[in-house]
Amino acid sequence: MRWIRRNLVVIAGLLTLAYLILPNIIVMVFSFNKPAGRFNYSWREFSLDAWKDPCGVADMCDSLSLSLWIALWATVGATVLGSMIAFALVRYRFRARGAINSLIFLPMAMPEVVMAASLLTLFLNLGAELGATTILIAHTMFCLSFVVVAVKARVLSMDPRLEEAAKDLYAGPVQTFLRVTLPIAAPGIAAGAMLAFALSFDDFIITNFNSGNTVTFPMFVWGSAQRGTPVQINVIGTAMFAIAVIVVVAGQVISNRRKKTAAAK
Amino acid sequence: MTVTEAPPASPAPAAPGPELRKQPVRRKLVPYWLLLPGVLWLLVFFALPMVYQASTSVQTGSLEQGFQVTWHFQTYWDALSEYYPQFLRSVLYAGTATVLCLMLGYPLAYLIAFRAGRWRNLLLVLVIAPFFTSFLIRTLAWKTILADGGPVVEVLNTVGFLDVTSWLGMTEGNRVLATPLAVVTGLTYNFLPFMILPLYTSLERIDPRLHEAAGDLYAKPSTVFRRVTFPLSMPGVVSGTLLTFIPASGDYVNAELLGSTDTRMVGNVIQSQFLRVLDYPTAAALSFILMAVVLIMVSVYIRRAGTEDLV
Repeated sequence: MRWIRRNLVVIAGLLTLAYLILPNIIVMVFSFNKPAGRFNYSWREFSLDAWKDPCGVADMCDSLSLSLWIALWATVGATVLGSMIAFALVRYRFRARGAINSLIFLPMAMPEVVMAASLLTLFLNLGAELGATTILIAHTMFCLSFVVVAVKARVLSMDPRLEEAAKDLYAGPVQTFLRVTLPIAAPGIAAGAMLAFALSFDDFIITNFNSGNTVTFPMFVWGSAQRGTPVQINVIGTAMFAIAVIVVVAGQVISNRRKKTAAAK
Repeated sequence: MTVTEAPPASPAPAAPGPELRKQPVRRKLVPYWLLLPGVLWLLVFFALPMVYQASTSVQTGSLEQGFQVTWHFQTYWDALSEYYPQFLRSVLYAGTATVLCLMLGYPLAYLIAFRAGRWRNLLLVLVIAPFFTSFLIRTLAWKTILADGGPVVEVLNTVGFLDVTSWLGMTEGNRVLATPLAVVTGLTYNFLPFMILPLYTSLERIDPRLHEAAGDLYAKPSTVFRRVTFPLSMPGVVSGTLLTFIPASGDYVNAELLGSTDTRMVGNVIQSQFLRVLDYPTAAALSFILMAVVLIMVSVYIRRAGTEDLV
């Protein structure tokens, strides 16, 4: 009893973690299911069919590659625009800073459905054709703020004296930026870019409003909840999870090694 | 609501002195050139759409004949009187999910920050990792977990949990799926990481020696938590609750996939008015009301909580 009371936080925390991981386990287990009907909601029997033929469902892999393509370009756009804003906000004093700060904060403080709906009214009024382009525009817009926050945090913690030192050593502004500023800001920019990619790839609400008849992967999953969920969806979900975990663990191992070799020197 | 995180004591990076005045004009324009493309993007695709939406909300007309601005504010009133149950439900569900996220997320954030030791990074990875599976797929997985007659529902029924939630009006009979409980479960699940990460960040900043000091002064563990840990974690609590409440209030995915027609939230109404019914003025008015409600609640909450240092 005393042991339980002492470790109450640990037990409660691990239970929360189980709550977080449980759906992923279900997704993984059900990727090996052989469902009877159109829906893959209840367990029938073990099968490797879906894993042998992940693109065996009509249109699913097309939607997947479209999502990857949109996420890639939205990431590029949001990262470039967002990093520029972040540098300007941290490194310069100018008028309208407050206004610009609120302009960046507001998209994050607004329910997604509001942004999605207002963008749709804009596109409708302009008579724009909804499709990959409008999705890309929308994704770049809502990822921008997150990139600004990530890069700003990193640039703020940078020591401005490093740049002064570079200048004292006769580096020009371009050289200083490329050889000193950019490498130090790189982790923040990378974090912002990764966040943008994940947000764009997984976005449903804004895409739902502004995609027209274009089907991204989340749109495909949404549609499948009505039409029938192929097992392949779970295969993709499991694969995404596995790849991400492998990448993160590999990154950890590499950085640990680096730390060790650095310590050995 | 934004901050300049730089400590006030440190000297400003570019000391605005005589040197600044001597600099050529071109240099002064640098920040504006840096800002221009991004800010323009936000103005055209974030701010301008709000103007269009405001204008749409006071239009009348039909799809066939086109819509015209007639300053028909009645739409707001009609929308509110017809859809106030969905509004109340959104605030109620999102609020409940936020409280649950705080209650569930706090122990895990605390565990990672203070008790995890060398497991800390692994636990953090496990908190973020579910994100990598598309959230729609994970939400669909809840359909399997909460299925009628499934093990989870059986257990909840046996321990009498469903009696309590039925009494509270959260469930009906022996099922969870298609009830408010399912929607709140999904909302809590979906936004939990947004609570845990800010909580963790603010807890991690606390010097553990403060806990020891409090213990040395004969504070009971519960007192240490109440008087030291929790107050110091307030920035995390505030940003965590905002990051869960705001998206949850506009969400329609959980209500659609896990709920029924009786659990529709305002997001569902906006979505169907815009994409199925094509009644743009009502949809725009609803969306504006939602935005206003959220912004007002958030600003009151921030003032109450006394933390202006956000973002």
